[in-house]
Amino acid sequence: MPLLAADPESAAGTDGLRASLEAMAKASFSEKSALIAGIAGSGDDRARVILEALLDGNLQYRKEDLRPVYLDENEEGDFLVDALTGENLGAISSKRKVKKITINNQLRGELKLAIAGFKLSQADAGARAEAARSIINGPEPELLPLVADAIDVETEPDVRELLGYARASIIVANRIGDADQLIAALSLLGEATDRNVISLVSRFLLKDEEGNYLEKDPRLVEVAEASLNELKAKQSFYQILQNVFFGVSLGSVLLLTAVGLAITFGVMGVINMAHGEMIMIGAYTTYTVQLLMPNLIGASILVAVPMAFLASGAMGILIERLVIRHLYGRPLETLLATFGISLILQQLVRSIYSPLNRSVITPDWMSGSLAINGMFSLTYNRLYIVIFSLLVLLALMLLLKKTHFGLQMRAVTLNRSMASSMGIRTGWIDALTFGLGSGIAGVAGVALSQLTNVGPNLGQAYIIDSFMVVVFGGVGNLFGTLFAAMSLGIANKFAEPFAGAVLAKILILVFIILFIQKYPRGLFAIKGRFVED
Amino acid sequence: MSDNKKSWNRTLAVSAVAAVLALGSVVAQAADTIKVGVLHSLSGTMAISETTLKDTVLMLVEQQNAKGGLLGKKIEAVVVDPASNWPLFAEKTRELLEKDKVDVIFGCWTSVSRKSVLPVIEELNGLMFYPVQYEGEESSKNVFYTGAAPNQQAIPAVDYLMNEIGVKRWVLAGTDYVYPRTTNKILEAYLKAKGVDSKDIMINYTPFGHSDWQNIVADIKKFGSAGKKTAVVSTINGDANVPFYKELGNQGISAADIPVVAFSVGEEELSGIDTAPLVGHLAAWNYFMSVDTEANDAFIEGWHKFIKDEDRVTNDPMEAHYIGFNMWVKAVEKAGTTDVDAVEQAMIGITTPNLTGGTATMLKNHHLTKPVLIGEIQDDGQFEVVWQTEGLVPGDAWSDFLPTSKDIIADWTAPIKCGNYNTKTKKCSGQNY
Repeated sequence: MPLLAADPESAAGTDGLRASLEAMAKASFSEKSALIAGIAGSGDDRARVILEALLDGNLQYRKEDLRPVYLDENEEGDFLVDALTGENLGAISSKRKVKKITINNQLRGELKLAIAGFKLSQADAGARAEAARSIINGPEPELLPLVADAIDVETEPDVRELLGYARASIIVANRIGDADQLIAALSLLGEATDRNVISLVSRFLLKDEEGNYLEKDPRLVEVAEASLNELKAKQSFYQILQNVFFGVSLGSVLLLTAVGLAITFGVMGVINMAHGEMIMIGAYTTYTVQLLMPNLIGASILVAVPMAFLASGAMGILIERLVIRHLYGRPLETLLATFGISLILQQLVRSIYSPLNRSVITPDWMSGSLAINGMFSLTYNRLYIVIFSLLVLLALMLLLKKTHFGLQMRAVTLNRSMASSMGIRTGWIDALTFGLGSGIAGVAGVALSQLTNVGPNLGQAYIIDSFMVVVFGGVGNLFGTLFAAMSLGIANKFAEPFAGAVLAKILILVFIILFIQKYPRGLFAIKGRFVED
Repeated sequence: MSDNKKSWNRTLAVSAVAAVLALGSVVAQAADTIKVGVLHSLSGTMAISETTLKDTVLMLVEQQNAKGGLLGKKIEAVVVDPASNWPLFAEKTRELLEKDKVDVIFGCWTSVSRKSVLPVIEELNGLMFYPVQYEGEESSKNVFYTGAAPNQQAIPAVDYLMNEIGVKRWVLAGTDYVYPRTTNKILEAYLKAKGVDSKDIMINYTPFGHSDWQNIVADIKKFGSAGKKTAVVSTINGDANVPFYKELGNQGISAADIPVVAFSVGEEELSGIDTAPLVGHLAAWNYFMSVDTEANDAFIEGWHKFIKDEDRVTNDPMEAHYIGFNMWVKAVEKAGTTDVDAVEQAMIGITTPNLTGGTATMLKNHHLTKPVLIGEIQDDGQFEVVWQTEGLVPGDAWSDFLPTSKDIIADWTAPIKCGNYNTKTKKCSGQNY
């Protein structure tokens, strides 16, 4: 595969590039592979842009004349832009007039490498580091001279180090050079922190059926073993860190879903089986907001947070006024009535939005991960949700402790008749409190729309977990909820690798049952309305 | 086109003859309709998948009526809603057969709903077409299985990964219920028979609707960094897939590093999600909407016209109903009656063109011959076919790779007439599921 032949003789002009792209429209995957290699090697400035567009699936061709184009749109509708000259080719009546140039996994790999080759000579150090990482991931021998050149001119020490690993990866993966060079490369790789390197190094330690090393040179085996041990030690260390992060992130999801319930169930004592559906309404609000502002997906999530709070909160107040207030003090009837409401809300969503899951788009700033190094990375969506859940908890606490409404709410919780005789309209405080709890559930729905399916059954998946957290943490105590959510999250994530996802869940449930036997009021008990009777 | 016309003429001729016969013998029944029961959940968790199948059957009925009905009568669809509630499937079956007296039922999605229908449909001698890929290990006289058996989906997919991609290490990930467990048992036995070491197989089960995939994806990542090409064979059930693929994408595992081949992710599931993290991953089915044939274009056009929405997709179970319905029509015409026993015998050997080119044949074990296609997910939620089996694969009800079922066959023709026949002991053990 003659990737990136730096031969100026092969430099083709626009016509050559256009010919290759037109040929690509009808080519088979193997023909496309050759064409891509040709484009990458053409030395043309536009090659990188074209290849990136091809990788992202933006490169199309016009069916009538196979001309390579991009599809763009403005207020008047869709129009075409020539992929090579940028010339506006005018509006088209239907998207069916153009077709995407399709690629498959093998081509994606080749494209990524070709683009990495271009990126090595880029001004931005981040882009160069990324290119080096993707070369470690796909160490093709053709890239070796390019990497070697890049090392010579690299000024940034971090990138230089990565490039060194990239060069060593290529040498090790393709067995380039003599044994001494291989040994040097292998031992250098021991210092890397990248999971792909582990796979490269372990290739030297593969054994045949009798348990003998396939590698004949014992010196190589020895170095590989030392490097692998070093790498494995690093990997186990980062794995613990990673498990903690996983646990905290699961905990923050539990916290978000449970904190609304901590208000409605914990403070008011209402067993609200429709709590999950409040989360669902929040998620559907996110979907609706994205429908209304299709060009501002990045901002849509931020708009959705207050909207979801209002939508679920209003629904909560409605439910409280129409149903729950007639059932105070009758927990069993409340349970059944709210269960009925949850079914009604689910079916309502099915009728309005269809029973199919809806697609909520993840904005760019929430996709991907923050790579600390090649072995440890934090996924952005989880990271933001951890921060977001803590912010929600903080805001709620401030509301309860620092505002007039919070004061009234606490007063009604502690002693209803006294609060009433002091002139607090307890009925409305009940409604607003229920609305607050429901609204927070709606906010949780916005976060969940970024993690899981938005469908009619979204809420059901979280209702049990939410009750579990609130009961474990101590009914009516927000700190208890925080502590319970985090400890259950971390315990779950540490149990999962040993016990499997199903058994881990069972173990946690069994633990909570036993715990509640011993401490019926949970971790942090508090006095409340329901304590009186 | 001319083929269509010919069969169309034949249809007319046969139905005319049948109509005359019917007039001669049972005059009392002349005016009534042929009833088709539709047993798909329209509410509850499975509504997401099954509502589309209900619409598919209604469309097929409408199209058949436009062609002049069946045996000179109009076909009437009776729709019931078992509400994703497994025992209710049995009750609704009884209602369809006893109260509405339907001649055939098209229905079920999950294996547990089918298992719940089985005793009722056998007791009342009804007829059902089941359109979804399933774990096999079953063959009832009263059920025709128009979806894929494991050897028509799972095993070819594994062959593809092993031979074309060079996969050496395997993650079998599934939701914790009967279909994934049985399929993975078959796959594990198959892989071991192919010389894969048990250290190179990782099996993982997760609960329904699992949404926190962080550890499992990290484990897969770790499992994949052992110097051998790794792939995930996923029997993860519909809803849990989105967070799974999202987590794969976020943790930086692309389809080029560790491809995932899924058996439960189709066009319908993809239309409800952001496909960006899934691009390049694989799915194995017997039908893809993107397959370019005349029959498929006509089917998609008919579907869009019926559902009045150009954006709706078609998928594999819809094709299964299409095949099943057309076979049933042909069998009824061949038998000249809708009587269950006569139609059941007439069904065996019936052929009908499938939508991806080629012909589906109903086998003696009540399963179909099918082509197997492997597709890569594209960013528009469609699949690009990257590989397909040469010719058709006959469905095998009892897997040859499980020690408990390797000697068992199903054959509903005389003299065996048994869904559970042991070729070693020459005994039919009856229907014990």
